[in-house]
Formats: sequence, structure tokens, C-alpha cells
Amino acid sequence: MKNNRQKQINRLNRMLIYVILIFFSVVSLLPLYWVFSTSMQLDHYQDIDMERPVSYVDSNPPKMYPMGFKLYFEHWKEAREAEKVGDSELAEHHRGMMSHIIDNTFYTFKSLFTNHDIGRWFINSLYIAVIVTFGILLFDSMAGYVLAKKRFPGRDVIFWIIISTMMIPGQVTLVPMFIMIRDLGLMDTHWALILPDLSMVFGVFLMRQYMYSIPDELIEAAKIDGASEWKTYWKVVLPLAKPGLAALGIFTFMNVWNSFLWPIIVLNSAELHTLPVGLKTLQDANLASFKLLMSGAALAAIPMIVIFLIFQRYFVKGLTLGGVKE
Amino acid sequence: MDGSEALKEEIQPNRKENKKVHEPNKRNIWQEMKKNYASYLFLTPKLILFTMFIAIPVIWALVLSFQEYRVTESNIFVGLQNYIASFESTMFKKALWNTFRFTIVTVPFNIISALIIASLIFPLGKLSQNFFRSAFYLPTVTSMVIIAMVWRWMYNYDFGLFNHILGWAGIESVNWLGQSNSALWALIIMQCLIPFGVGIIMYLASMGAISKNLYEAATIDGAGPIKQWLYITIPLLKPTTLYLVILSTIGSFQVFTQIIMMTGGGPDGATETLVHLIYKTGFRDFDFGLAAAQSVILFGIILIFSVIQFRMLRHDD
Repeated sequence: MKNNRQKQINRLNRMLIYVILIFFSVVSLLPLYWVFSTSMQLDHYQDIDMERPVSYVDSNPPKMYPMGFKLYFEHWKEAREAEKVGDSELAEHHRGMMSHIIDNTFYTFKSLFTNHDIGRWFINSLYIAVIVTFGILLFDSMAGYVLAKKRFPGRDVIFWIIISTMMIPGQVTLVPMFIMIRDLGLMDTHWALILPDLSMVFGVFLMRQYMYSIPDELIEAAKIDGASEWKTYWKVVLPLAKPGLAALGIFTFMNVWNSFLWPIIVLNSAELHTLPVGLKTLQDANLASFKLLMSGAALAAIPMIVIFLIFQRYFVKGLTLGGVKE
Repeated sequence: MDGSEALKEEIQPNRKENKKVHEPNKRNIWQEMKKNYASYLFLTPKLILFTMFIAIPVIWALVLSFQEYRVTESNIFVGLQNYIASFESTMFKKALWNTFRFTIVTVPFNIISALIIASLIFPLGKLSQNFFRSAFYLPTVTSMVIIAMVWRWMYNYDFGLFNHILGWAGIESVNWLGQSNSALWALIIMQCLIPFGVGIIMYLASMGAISKNLYEAATIDGAGPIKQWLYITIPLLKPTTLYLVILSTIGSFQVFTQIIMMTGGGPDGATETLVHLIYKTGFRDFDFGLAAAQSVILFGIILIFSVIQFRMLRHDD
């Protein structure tokens, strides 16, 4: 009896936990859902029985999902009915409405590519993030490797100096870096983003932590086999550091992809914008076109969401690696 | 461990020589440096970038903060004038106070909610664990620019989601971002409702590292799950908590993206924050000296908090 009651209480507890967690995850995901929902909401939609076009984007009460999906399905059903009874004119009408709905649902996405150059921003963001990620992986693993595995005069001093700057907020260097980039003639170029990003030091710390886990014996064995320092690093150390590299790579990519404050300071030309900068100019110029803004936000959000879902375990790994204390 | 140490001694006969590095013998150090030239080469690319884009700018910022920056002529040293001007300006004081209020509410809220959510996720099966972890971490990988854009839209006075929801409950619409007594609170509420994904993942990892024996012993002693949570889980998670507190405090002091995307510091400075003010001083008014001083003050505040934090961390070990 008692055991049975205990079981019931346990099951109840479990249910309660799920209810609470589902509620919180809905709250946490609602804004993202609202981005996608608004981006595909019907805007200036007009059916045959309507006097003037309606917009579901700012209707009251708000439509909680893209109305186009529902209306498309309805017209599709009616078109089939009409075909069944042989009323080809009516079927034609419904087919026309279907394509009207499709156009209306996705027209802002099209406009982002044709009128706002979002494709360009995407490519800029992508290639900058890729260059910085690979540069960081190479330089930081080289530095982390010798800082963890070699003994040489000055090693600890160098490490200490690099690490102590990790506490300095990036805003401190904004003004001097602005003057420097301007005097180097790099203002409004992508070099102004790539060079400072390549100098981030977090990866040195993370790589050094990771390199400690590589057995000294393997490095020594390579040396005995006559491998040069570079070959040892390239052929022995790097392959063993792959999980650490993956974690660092993903975090670097995410940071660069999402970086905002510095890019809005140094980038002016629209064709050089990265996605976050482009989104800001989009918002500044189209404050009231919610559908357009949310379409831009949706397109910009998709790549990071996809990357996160694919490489999830490396995100977890990178977070826990970075947090490990010595 | 002893075995591998011995092995290292065997295959690395010059190890004993390495120890001489610590002796104050100049010739030996020079020789050591020459012998390890490859290590220095490995460090060179990062060191050049670090010097150019971090070390020099940091020192330069300090120098600039004591200067009045002139574009045409050379800069002149003005002593502490930029610092005095900062603390005398009402906008700076407002920014300081707003940043402080933002931090003092959001950091504890985010950390406590991350701890509670992680505690609820931890006992679940692997599949549900993964699902909820992703659900709570997804907003963290999304750019704050995107999050700010949609929150601005949800806070919209006429058509925003929140005012519609309030309308269903019969409550009058609120001009969330448009009036000075609610704008900062709107931003604080937003920050509280964005899950602290990093915190949840770190807590989950740390919970996995707590020995099960402790809980078994507590169960035998008759402690219920809540007591176990209060007296075992929370104390043992303390290092993680402290790490997260400092991480999110630093992040919170640097709040910027929401401000520029949602309010621009307004209305009437009600949402002005330190970093947004630095941005405005430096790159709208081009008062580089003053902006540098403000950023050094920001660093000072963060440093004070960090030192307190590191003290507590060390005390724990």
C-alpha cells in the first residue's frame, strides 16, 4: 500500500517537473517563435470577399501562427472540391489565391535579397567568421601547445600577461583601436574586423588547458623518431587535440558571427556589412515594417541555430572546458 | 603517476638541465632560449597580434584617458580632468546607476533560475535532458541583435504581443519602452526571461560530478530531496555559482546591444548604460579622451568585482 502511494507521488512529481520545464521552455523559445511566425505572417492580404486588404501582422487579437498556412490549405481543399464538380473557373480562382498566399507569405524574404542585399551580408559574415576561426585555431593551438608542453625561459611570464588581459573588457580598447585602424587606413574594410578578432586570447587559455591532457610520451616518441618540432605539432599534437579544437572553433565562430559593437563602429559601406550590422541598418530604415524586420532576423538566426543543433555536444564541451579551474 | 615520471626522466635526459633555468645564471638562460627557439617561433604569431591589438591599445587607452584628444594638433595632457568630468556629468551618473540596477536584478535572477532549471533537468532521462538543454540554450546562440529586434516588436505599444496579452486580462496597454519609468524595467524583464543557457549547462556538468554516495548517505539518514538539494547540491555547486556570478556580472556591466537596438538610451537617459554612453561619447561626439576615461572606469568597476570574486574562489579551494 505504502509503496504504491510512494510510486504515485513519484509519478506526480515527475509530471510536475515536466509541466514546469515545458512552461519555461515555451517562455524561452517564444521570442524565437515570434520571429519566425511574424516573418511569414500575411501582410496586405485580400481575398475575393474582402473589401480591402488585411494585415495579420498587426491585427488584434494577434494571430499566433502564420495565417497563410491555414488559408493555403483551405483554398487547396476548395480547389479540389471545385475540380471534382467540374467547375474549372472556381478551381482556377482558388489556385490563383494559393499562389497569391505563397507570394504574400514570403515576399519580404525575396525583398531582403533583391532590395537589401542580405545575401551579401551573409557571405561577409560567413567568410570573416571562417577566416578568423581557422586563424584562431592555428595560432592558439600553437601557442597553447608550447605553453603547456615546453619549458623555456619567460613561458610563465608570457602566459600570465596574456591571461591577465582576459579580465579587461573589450570596450577599453575601442578608442585606441579605432585610432589605430584609422591610421593604418583600414577603416571600413574587413581587415578592421579580422585582425582584432584574431588577437582574442581566450583560445590560448583553453588550448593550453586542453594540451595538458595530451600524454608527453607521444610527443617524446615523435621526437625520438626524428620528427621536427613543426611535424610533431602538426602530425601528433593537433590530431590529438581535435575535440578541444572543435569546441574552440565553434565558440570562435559564434562570437565572430554575432559580434556587433566593433563592426558598427568601423563598417560604413552597405556592401561590407555583416549580418548584425545589416540588421541594425534594416531596423533603422524600416522601423514599422515588422514583417520585413522579422524576416531579416529569421534569416540571420537560421545559420547559428543549425550549427548549434549539429554540433551541440561541442558547445557543451567548450563551456565546461573554459570553466575548468586549475 | 610515479611510473610515468620515471619514464619521462628516461626519454628526456636533458630534463635535469631544464631545471637549471630557475638558477640565476645568465649564460644558461641564454642557452636555454637558443635551444628552445622553436617554442618562441610557435608563440610568435599570437604574440604579435596580442601586442598590436590588445597590449598596445590597453596601455594607449590609459594614456588617452589623461589627454584631451585633438584631431589636428597633438594631444595635450589634462590630468584627471576626463575622470572628473565623467563623475560630474549627470548622464554618466545616470548610466552608472542604470547599469548597476540592471546588474543587481538580472544577475541573481538569472543564476537562481538557471540553478532551479538545471536541478529540474538533471534527474531526467538522457533524451529529455538533451531536449530541454537545447531548448534553454538556443536563445543564447542567437545573436542579441535578433533577440532585441523581436522584443522591441513584442513591446510595441500599439501592436505588440504583450499589450495584446494584457488586453485579454483587461489591463490597459503599457508604453513599455516609451516612458522613462518603465523602459529600464522592460529591459530588465527581458533579460530575466532570456534563459541563462551557459549557466544551465555549467550547472548540469557540475551536478554530474557530485558523488552519488553523498545522496545515498543522506537518504539513509532520512533527508528528503529538498533537504538534499539545500545541504548537498547547493554547497557543492558553490565554485560553479561563483564562476557564473562573475561571468554574468561582467557581461551585465557591458550591456549594450539591447540598448542601441531597442531604446538608444532613451527616453531621456532612462536606459542609458555605461557601454552605450562610451559608444556615444567616443563615436558620436568623437570625444576620445573622455570615452577612454569612461572605459577605464568601467574596467575599474569590473576589476573590483572580479578581485572580490577571485578572493572568494581561492578561499574555497
